[in-house]
Amino acid sequence: MSQHRVIVVGGGLAGLAASVRVAEAGLPVDLFSLVPVKRSHSVCAQGGINACNEVARQQGYSEYEHFDETIYGGDFLADQHPVLEMANWAPKIIDLLDRMGVPFNRTAEGMRDLRLFGGSLFKRTHFAGATTGQQLIYALDEQTRRYESEGKVTKYEYWEFLWPIIEDARCVGIVAQDMRTMQVRAFRADAVIMATGGCGLVFGKSTNSIICNGAAAARCYQAGVWYGNPEMIQVHPTAIPGADKLRLMSESARGEGGRVWVPRKPGDPRAPKDIPETERFYFLEEKYPAYGNIVPRDIATREIFDICVNQGMGVSGENQVYLDLTHKDPEYLTKKLGGILEIYEKFVGVDPRHEPMKIFPAVHYSMGGLWTQFTKGSYNPSEPRPKHKSGSPAPLGADVGLGMQLGAINNMMTNVQGLYAFGEVNFAYHGANRLGANALLSCIFDGLFCGVSVVNYVRNDAPSKNPASDMPASAFDRVVDQENKKSQRLLSTVGQGSADAATNPYLIGKELGDEMTAACTVVRTEPRLEQCLKKLAELKDRYARVRLPDDAPWSNQSFTYARAVGDMLAIADAVALGAKGRKESRGAHYRTDFPDRDDTNFMKSSVARFDAASRSTTVTFEPIDASLILPTARTYGKKDVDAGAKKPAMAGAAS
Amino acid sequence: MTTAPHLPPHAAEAARIAAANRARAVPGRKVYVKVFRCDGPGKPSRWETFQVTVERGSNVISMLQQIAANPVTADGKKTTPVVWDSGCLEEVCGACTMVINGKARQSCSCLIDDYAPAEGDTITLEPMSKFPVVRDLWVDRSRLFHNLKRVKAWVPIDGTYSLGSGPTESPESQEQRYVMSTCMSCGCCLEACPQFNLEPDESAWDTSFIGAHAINQARLFNEHETGKRLKADRLDTLAAAGGVNDCGNAQNCVKVCPKLIPLTESIAVIGRAVTIHAFSKWFSGR
Repeated sequence: MSQHRVIVVGGGLAGLAASVRVAEAGLPVDLFSLVPVKRSHSVCAQGGINACNEVARQQGYSEYEHFDETIYGGDFLADQHPVLEMANWAPKIIDLLDRMGVPFNRTAEGMRDLRLFGGSLFKRTHFAGATTGQQLIYALDEQTRRYESEGKVTKYEYWEFLWPIIEDARCVGIVAQDMRTMQVRAFRADAVIMATGGCGLVFGKSTNSIICNGAAAARCYQAGVWYGNPEMIQVHPTAIPGADKLRLMSESARGEGGRVWVPRKPGDPRAPKDIPETERFYFLEEKYPAYGNIVPRDIATREIFDICVNQGMGVSGENQVYLDLTHKDPEYLTKKLGGILEIYEKFVGVDPRHEPMKIFPAVHYSMGGLWTQFTKGSYNPSEPRPKHKSGSPAPLGADVGLGMQLGAINNMMTNVQGLYAFGEVNFAYHGANRLGANALLSCIFDGLFCGVSVVNYVRNDAPSKNPASDMPASAFDRVVDQENKKSQRLLSTVGQGSADAATNPYLIGKELGDEMTAACTVVRTEPRLEQCLKKLAELKDRYARVRLPDDAPWSNQSFTYARAVGDMLAIADAVALGAKGRKESRGAHYRTDFPDRDDTNFMKSSVARFDAASRSTTVTFEPIDASLILPTARTYGKKDVDAGAKKPAMAGAAS
Repeated sequence: MTTAPHLPPHAAEAARIAAANRARAVPGRKVYVKVFRCDGPGKPSRWETFQVTVERGSNVISMLQQIAANPVTADGKKTTPVVWDSGCLEEVCGACTMVINGKARQSCSCLIDDYAPAEGDTITLEPMSKFPVVRDLWVDRSRLFHNLKRVKAWVPIDGTYSLGSGPTESPESQEQRYVMSTCMSCGCCLEACPQFNLEPDESAWDTSFIGAHAINQARLFNEHETGKRLKADRLDTLAAAGGVNDCGNAQNCVKVCPKLIPLTESIAVIGRAVTIHAFSKWFSGR
């Protein structure tokens, strides 16, 4: 009936939820992914997915409190209306996933089981073992396969997104490359949804999959899409150090009672089980009596960093602390956390049921991302409310449309018409710090809720009058030419003499990761950021002279990687400039030279814009929607404690 | 190394050997990585050997990364970086499956200390043989995913509108389904299966052996309250050519599954269901 088509780039939770929703509405979907979609990075999410539920509700919790926690957890940086809508939709999303057959853990009665997670005093996290992301993406993968078998979704797996096609300020398709045949071609579409996840590889080793290099977002950014809050990078407090990546040790380990500690005596040589309780420093529990081990991630990360780096109290004098589950029943642990304990066992060779794990923080998630818009819903109080008192009655119900207007065409549309950004790749929802188990939620919420916006845009707006299929070929050919020229330039460097350390793409990538990790993660300062920007300039200069090791016209992975390094450098610039511009501390962004939050000047989104002519980035600070909740100090009830004092150890709030 | 009582005997034995090797491995040693390479479909294959330096925690992935940054063989010949498929690097996506020292497994969870503990040891990498090679260690597993369509491995929901929660489920049922649902479509069970063979002709896929992974998925969805609405369709497929009756009962699949999924149990359950389904069809005349 219709010649309209929609392109989805990325087959993780956001991309699959969007594909299913758009296909269901009757628009054919072309789905692009670097990998078979079932292998997308969403599989790595472990702990769970948050939503208000009947048990928590009867204990005083509500969708409104979930909203309030998310804003507070994000240190008041997120635009507030979209977060409200996400929290309101969360229970519906759990129900839908349940209908799709996700094996959520069950109570004795057969209800969905719940666990505690960071930033909340209520159990509101639904989970499937400790591989919740894997189970959720499998459910959506299955539904997508169903539509694929009905001809409603066409998959382009092992295809890499290269550039958006923007004609008269409207996105009308993409150029992509088959990673096997290396064929480059244009695909027309009336709307393009970017659902390409985060950019962990910019930091070298992270908890992210090898495909999460941020290149797709970086290409949109260099094509004129704005990038919001680039400096907001989450460093997860608990990861397993490794040679190729830093493997995540889920927050659910703490939600299920895991306790973080170091010996009170620095360098204590005894085995952990030989150190008595009184000689262990449970620093999170002592400093944060209410939340204990389940303080939000940025706080836990800074405390662990401080213990190891500033106080020299890391286990065995190294940068590591204990994450201890050995006080819990091993069988219980296997049921609730089997998947993550298995990872530790496989990669470290130690069974965490019997010996405390050694962990350290690692880059994990990008709260920032492509800048997106939204249309406010019907809840618009005359003035913002004070922060919600936990457990007190909700000030409003959970009706659809209070936070965002369902179907408004600009929901999660970037500044480029027809180009949307869903999931981790956008900058909405998580502000300056993401709460655990809110990522899966925001991805699926975008796909389902904002998928409707895409359908309405295609059917009722510009594409309905002037579909991409009717446009002249020249617009598409031009971008194909541009990409072919870029490829030829890179491939022509093969045989122009061997790469040395300065021009080897892998070494440039490694130095980029080392520099970004050193300058732009847990602690940031003006001089170090200046130094980082100089290093980035040097790397860009070296990248211009990069030498590739392989000019094969077939499945050329080193070429694909080398091309992405150029894009990673563009994102790195935005991260460092955002961090330099934000002269305050907020959430994951901590400046020792500006240790306090500055709401007057910086309760604002940083927006990075790329100038294609000069290839330079400018960052401006722009007002946010803070019309629903008044900001308060974000302390999580912190107390000052002395590491040396032998206080009686407190039970974690989670245990 | 503490013992792992939760592992079945074959996995516990492998873990024991690995731990013993790991205990004697010395960081900083040099070992050889021998790779079976091929530039693309129809191109000749060749072995290339690389010398790499092993650090504590090195795995096959970090060795391949080391080779990519400096693609020179052990005898000093310049070559191209080895091509391989990978993703999560924590054995949950299934991408990096290859044949290591003769056995299919994920390369990310393959620690060099376990396989090549001594100076000068060699570790051998080959692509899986049951799928067409794209290049080097990268194979095309489209058929594996195609076979999930054959058994309609999904729950036929009415759509994504808000229609209330799904069926309740006992913890026992959830635990059983969860294990089956951890299948990451890696292909180890197919590589090990004598009945599942390389089939480049796509038109023959629908009548060739479907594989343990797909039979297990059929069972997973047959056991879901809503998923079972498609049970008859699934059993029709599994009763036909390439279905469960093609299983030769070698039982290799269950021994190589990295997620310890009870694949032979699933095959037995589906085998019985297919028989009952055939009888009931015969008696009802449908």
